[in-house]
Amino acid sequence: MNFDLSVPTQLMQALTPDVFLMVGAMALMLVSALRPDSDEHQRLVGYCSIGVLLATLGIVIWFGSRGFTSGPGVIAVDGYRLAADMLFILAALGAIALGIEYNGREGIWNAESHVLVLFATSGMMIMAAARDLMIVFIGIEIMSIAVYVLAGMNRRSPRSAEGALKYFLLGAFSTGFLLYGIALVYGSTGSTNFTTIGHNIVQYKLAHQGMLLMGVGLLLVGFAFKVAAVPFHMWAPDVYEGAPTPITAYMAAAVKAAAFATFLRLWRESFDLLDFAWLMPVWWIAAATMIYGNLVALAQRNVKRLLAYSSIVHSGYLLVAIAAGTNSGSAAFLFYLLAYTLATFGAFAVVCAMSRPGDRDLEITDYEGLWRVRPGLAIGMAICMLALLGFPVFGGAGFWAKVYVLAAAEATPFRQLMPLTVLLVLASVISAGYYLQIVRVMFMKPRPEGAQVPAATGALTRLVLAISVALVILVGLIPARAVGWARNNQPTAPVTLSTAKAP
Amino acid sequence: MMLQEPVVTGHPLADTVAQYVWLLPVLPLIGFLLNGALSMKAAAKLGPNDPSAADHGHHGSASAGVHDADHDDAHISHDDHPVVRHKYAGLVSLIGPGVLLLSFGLAVAIFFAMRSVDMAQPYVDTLFRWMPVSDMKINVALQLDPLSMVMVLVITGIGTLIHIFSVGYMQDDPGYPRYFAYLNLFVFFMLLLVLGANYPVMFVGWEGVGLCSYLLIGFWFSDKANADAGKKAFIVNRIGDFGFLIAMFLLFANTGALDFAGIAANIDKLPVGGAVVTAICLFFFLGCTGKSAQIPLYIWLPDAMAGPTPVSALIHAATMVTAGVYLIARSSLLFSLAPVASLTVALVGGLTALFAATIGLKQWDIKKVLAYSTVSQLGYMFVGVGVGAYTAGVFHLVTHAFFKALLFLGSGSVIFAMHAAYHATHNHADDAQDMRNMGGLKKHMPVTWVLMWIATLAIAGIPVFSGFVSKDAILGAVFERAQGSTLANASLLGIPGSTLLYAVYAFGLAAALLTAIYMTRMMLYTFHGPNRTGADAESHLHEAPWIMTGPLVVLGLLSAVGGWLNLPEFLPLGPTGVFDKWLEPVVGASTARIAAGGGALAGSTEQALIGTAVAIAVAGIAFAFVRLKPAALVPKKDSPPSFGFAKVLENKYYVDEAYDKAIVQPVVNGSKYILWKGVDVGIIDGLFVNGSALLARALGWIGSQLQSGQIGTYAWVLVLGVIALLGAFVRVH
Repeated sequence: MNFDLSVPTQLMQALTPDVFLMVGAMALMLVSALRPDSDEHQRLVGYCSIGVLLATLGIVIWFGSRGFTSGPGVIAVDGYRLAADMLFILAALGAIALGIEYNGREGIWNAESHVLVLFATSGMMIMAAARDLMIVFIGIEIMSIAVYVLAGMNRRSPRSAEGALKYFLLGAFSTGFLLYGIALVYGSTGSTNFTTIGHNIVQYKLAHQGMLLMGVGLLLVGFAFKVAAVPFHMWAPDVYEGAPTPITAYMAAAVKAAAFATFLRLWRESFDLLDFAWLMPVWWIAAATMIYGNLVALAQRNVKRLLAYSSIVHSGYLLVAIAAGTNSGSAAFLFYLLAYTLATFGAFAVVCAMSRPGDRDLEITDYEGLWRVRPGLAIGMAICMLALLGFPVFGGAGFWAKVYVLAAAEATPFRQLMPLTVLLVLASVISAGYYLQIVRVMFMKPRPEGAQVPAATGALTRLVLAISVALVILVGLIPARAVGWARNNQPTAPVTLSTAKAP
Repeated sequence: MMLQEPVVTGHPLADTVAQYVWLLPVLPLIGFLLNGALSMKAAAKLGPNDPSAADHGHHGSASAGVHDADHDDAHISHDDHPVVRHKYAGLVSLIGPGVLLLSFGLAVAIFFAMRSVDMAQPYVDTLFRWMPVSDMKINVALQLDPLSMVMVLVITGIGTLIHIFSVGYMQDDPGYPRYFAYLNLFVFFMLLLVLGANYPVMFVGWEGVGLCSYLLIGFWFSDKANADAGKKAFIVNRIGDFGFLIAMFLLFANTGALDFAGIAANIDKLPVGGAVVTAICLFFFLGCTGKSAQIPLYIWLPDAMAGPTPVSALIHAATMVTAGVYLIARSSLLFSLAPVASLTVALVGGLTALFAATIGLKQWDIKKVLAYSTVSQLGYMFVGVGVGAYTAGVFHLVTHAFFKALLFLGSGSVIFAMHAAYHATHNHADDAQDMRNMGGLKKHMPVTWVLMWIATLAIAGIPVFSGFVSKDAILGAVFERAQGSTLANASLLGIPGSTLLYAVYAFGLAAALLTAIYMTRMMLYTFHGPNRTGADAESHLHEAPWIMTGPLVVLGLLSAVGGWLNLPEFLPLGPTGVFDKWLEPVVGASTARIAAGGGALAGSTEQALIGTAVAIAVAGIAFAFVRLKPAALVPKKDSPPSFGFAKVLENKYYVDEAYDKAIVQPVVNGSKYILWKGVDVGIIDGLFVNGSALLARALGWIGSQLQSGQIGTYAWVLVLGVIALLGAFVRVH
C-alpha cells in the first residue's frame, strides 16, 4: 500500500518497525529495573532483547515483502530503509549475543546495557527512514545518547569511562556543527525536507549559493565525525579501545552504517546536483582516511585498537562508493556494509573469546600459535581478516565488496575518482601488512611457553562467529543474491535533479 | 547477453529425469563430505584380516612408502602380520563406490531420456545466479547435450569400476577414507567440468580436478618424491591455466559472453580466421597442453604415476587428462573458425604422439610405459580434434578410456601381486614396478594376462578391437583433410596446410608402429618368459581378489567391442556411425565448416589406408615378438646400464634436465641472487619494509603525539579539519 504520510495514523503505520522496537525497548527497560543487577538478570534481559530484535526483523522483512511505498513526507518507506534496518538489526543481534557472555564475565551486570542497544538501534532505524533533516537529528540523538552510555558501561574500567566522556564531549561538539549545517541549509532553501531541498535547489538555482554550500560542508563534518573519517576520527581509537568489546563491534559496524546510510540518502536525494562542490572534499577525506588509518594501523600491537583503525580505514573505502554518486555506487555501498558488518562481528567475536577478565590478552602476541590450541577460533579469525583485506575466495564476501566498490567508482562520470580507486587498491595492499600479520602469528608461530589456553568459548560467541563466517563465505561463493538485494534497495533517485543535470 | 536466460522452458528434456541433472555432481560431493568427515576421525585400528582375501592378498598396497613402518616388525610368519585397516573402512567402501554407482545410474536414465527426444538444442539447467559484475552475468548452470552426456557416462561408468577396484587395492591403507574422499571430490569436479554451461563453471571444474590430481599424486606424501611429483603437476598445470584464463578474458572482451549458447549467438563478432579467434583458440590450447600433457607441458604426467595406480587409471588416463580434448570439442565452433589454431593442435598432437611413443620404447617401469603411452594416445586425440574430426577425437577418448583404464588397473593387479609377494618374503629392496623384476606372470595371473592382451591389441589397432576403429577414424580424417579442406588451404609458419597434414599422418602411422612395439614389449617382459622375481617370491604370486578382477573383466569386454559404438562404413558388422550421428548436433556444423572444399575419400584410397594401418600394427607386434627376448632379461639389480640412443630414450631425451637447466635453474638463481638477495633484501626490505616501518613509526609518533588522550587536542584537530573542509567548499564557490 501507499502510505499517505500527511495522515497521522498512516504515518504511524509507516513507522511500525521503529515504533515496535522502541516500545519493546521501553518495556524491557522497565523489566530490567524490576530486579537488582545480577548475572542472571542481565542474561534474561539480553535474551528478551534478542527476542524483540528478531520480532522487529520479522516486521521489517514483512514490510519489505509487501512492497509498501509512501507519498511525500518526513519519512521514507522504501527498500533502502528496510535494507539498512536489516543491517542494524543484524549488528544489534551480534552485539547483544556477544554482550550476554562478555558482560557476564566482565561483571557488567547492568541489565539495561542490552536495552540501550535496542534504543540505539531504533534511533538508527529512524535515521535510515528520515527524509527530513529534523528527523535525522532526532534519530542521531536517540542513537548517540544510547551509545555514549554504552561506551562507558564498564564502570570498573577507567579507560571505558574516559572514552565515553571523550566521545560525549566531542560528539556534542560535532552535533553543534551538524545542527549549524541544518540551519544554514534551511536558511538557504527554506525547507528541511530532502525532496523539497533538492527540488528548491533546482527551482531557484541555489547551487552556487555560499550559505547552502557552507551548510553542506558542516553537514559533511557532522557525518564524517560519526563515521570516524580522518581528520574527525580522533575520538575513535580511545573510545573503541575503552568500550566493552561487543559495544566496540556495534559501534564499528552499526553506528557507522547508520551515519553512512543517512549520509547517502541525503546526498543522493538532496545534494546530487552539488557534486561540483562536495566531490573533492569527500575525495580528500576518503584519501586521507585510507592512508592515515592504514599506516597507523600498521603500528598497532593491540588487536582491539588495530580493529579500531581498521574500521577507520573501511570508512574511507565506503566514502569512495558514496563519492561515486550513482546507483551502482549505492548498491556497492550496501553490499560493502553487509560484508563489513559480518566480518567485523566475526573478528570481534574472536576478540571476545580470546580476552580474559579485565580485557587482558588483547596483544597480537597473545594470538601466537592460536591454531594449535583453538583451531576453530583461528580459522574464523583468519577468514574475517581475509574478508576485511578483500582476499578472493577465502575472504568470501569481502573480496566482492571491494570489487563492487571499485567497479562503481570506475563507472562514474567523475574522472577524478580514478586516482582514488588506485589509492584504494594500494591501501588494501598496505592493509595486508596487519591483517595477514594476525593470520601469520596464529598459524605459523608456535604457542609461546607458558601462554594460557583461552577459556572455553561460550555458546553464543561461537554462534556469532559461526554465523558470521558462514555468511561471509556463502556470500563470497554466491554473491548474486546479496548483490540483487543491494541493487534493488536504493534511495529514490532524484528525478528532477537528473533531468536538470543532463544539459 | 540475452541468451544467458535458461533455455529450460520448452525443451523436450525439461520434464524428464534430466531435471535431476544437478544430482549427478552432487552425489559424489556428498560422498566427499561423508568420507572426508570419516577421515577426520583418523583413528585407525588394527582390523581383522580380511577373510575373503586369499593368503596374502590383504597385504597389498602399491607403495613401499606406506609400509616403511612395517619394516622393523619382527615377524616369523607373515600370516600374523597385523593389517592396519581404518576403523570405518567398511562404511567408506559402501559410500565411495556407492555414490558413483548412483550417479552412473542417473546418467544412464538421463541418457535414455535423451535418446528419445530431439537434441538439436542443448538442455541448460540454471541452478543459481553466481557472479554479477556490471554487465557480466555468470550463472551456475549445467548443460546437457550429446557431448556432455558421453563424457558423463565415461566418467561415472569408468569411475564406478575404478572405485570398486580401489576397494580391493587400497583396502589396507591407513588413509582409506581420505583416498575415497579425494576420489569422490575428483569425480564431482570432473562432472562440473563437463556439465558446465559456461567457461567459468568449466574452469572451476578444471581447477578442481587439478587440485584433486595434486592431492592424489601426493597421496603418500610422506615420501618426498611423491610430494614433489604432486607439486610438479600442480605448477606445470598453472602455466596451462594461465592460457585458459587469457582465452576467457579475450572471449568475454570480444563476444560479451562466456556461456556456450551466448558465444554461439555472438559468434559473428569474431571474423573467420581472424587474429582474435586464433589467439583465443591458441590460449585454450595452451591450457590443453597443460591439462592433457602435450608438448611442451607433458612432463608432469609420467611423474604423476607416483600416485596410487587406480588414480593413474581414473585421473591420468581415462578422464582428467582428456579434459583438453573435451575443451576443444566443446569449443569446436571457435576452432573451426581458426584454421591456423586447428593446424597447430593437429601438429602438436602428432608430434606428441610420436615423441612419447619413442620414449615408451625404453621404459622399464610398467606404469611409466603406460604413462608415455597415454601421452602418445592423447596426441592422437588432439590430431583428431585438430583436423576437425571432432567425433573421431572424442570417440578415441572413449575407447582409450576403456583400454587404458584396463591396462592401468591390470598393471595395478600386477604391482599388487608383486608387492604382496615381496612383502611376504620381506624383500624391500626390489622395485615391484620394474618389468625386469617380473616375467612369466601369465601362469600366476591368467585372467589379468588375457585381459591385458585384449587391451594391448586394442591400443595397437588390431581390427575389430575398439582402438582400431577409433584410431583408424582419426588417421582417415587426417588424410581426407590433407586432400582438401579449409585446413589444407591454410598455412602455418609458411608451410602449406596439406603438407603439414600429410606429415601429421606420417607421424600418426609411425606412432602406431611404435605403439604396437612397446605395448608388446611390455606384455612380453611382464607376462612371458621365465620368472625373475626369485624362487621365494614366485610362490607368493597370485591373482588379485575378484573385487579387483571383476572391473577388469568389464573393461576387457568394453575394450574388445567398444568399436561397435561407431562402426565405419566398410565394416558393417552392425549399425554404422552411431557415435557420429549422436554428436552431430554439437559438432556437425563445425566439422562441416572445416571439411568444406574437400570430399570423402575414394573407396580404393580408404582401403589402402586401412590396409597400411593394419599392416603396421601387425608388423609392430611381430617385430617385438621376433626381436625381444624376455629370456635374456635379467633383474633390475643385475642389468647393465644402457648406452647410445637407448640411453637417451631411457632418460626421456633429457627433457626434464633441459627444462631444469633452461628454466628452473635460471629462475631459481635469478630469484635467489637478483630477486631475493638484491630486490627483496636490498630494495624491498631495506627501502620499503624498513622504510615504511620507519614511516609508520614516524606517523605513529606523530599520531601518538596527537592521540595524546587530551580532549582539548582532539577538539583542536577537529576544528582544524572543519576549517580546511569549509575552505575547500568556499574555494569552489
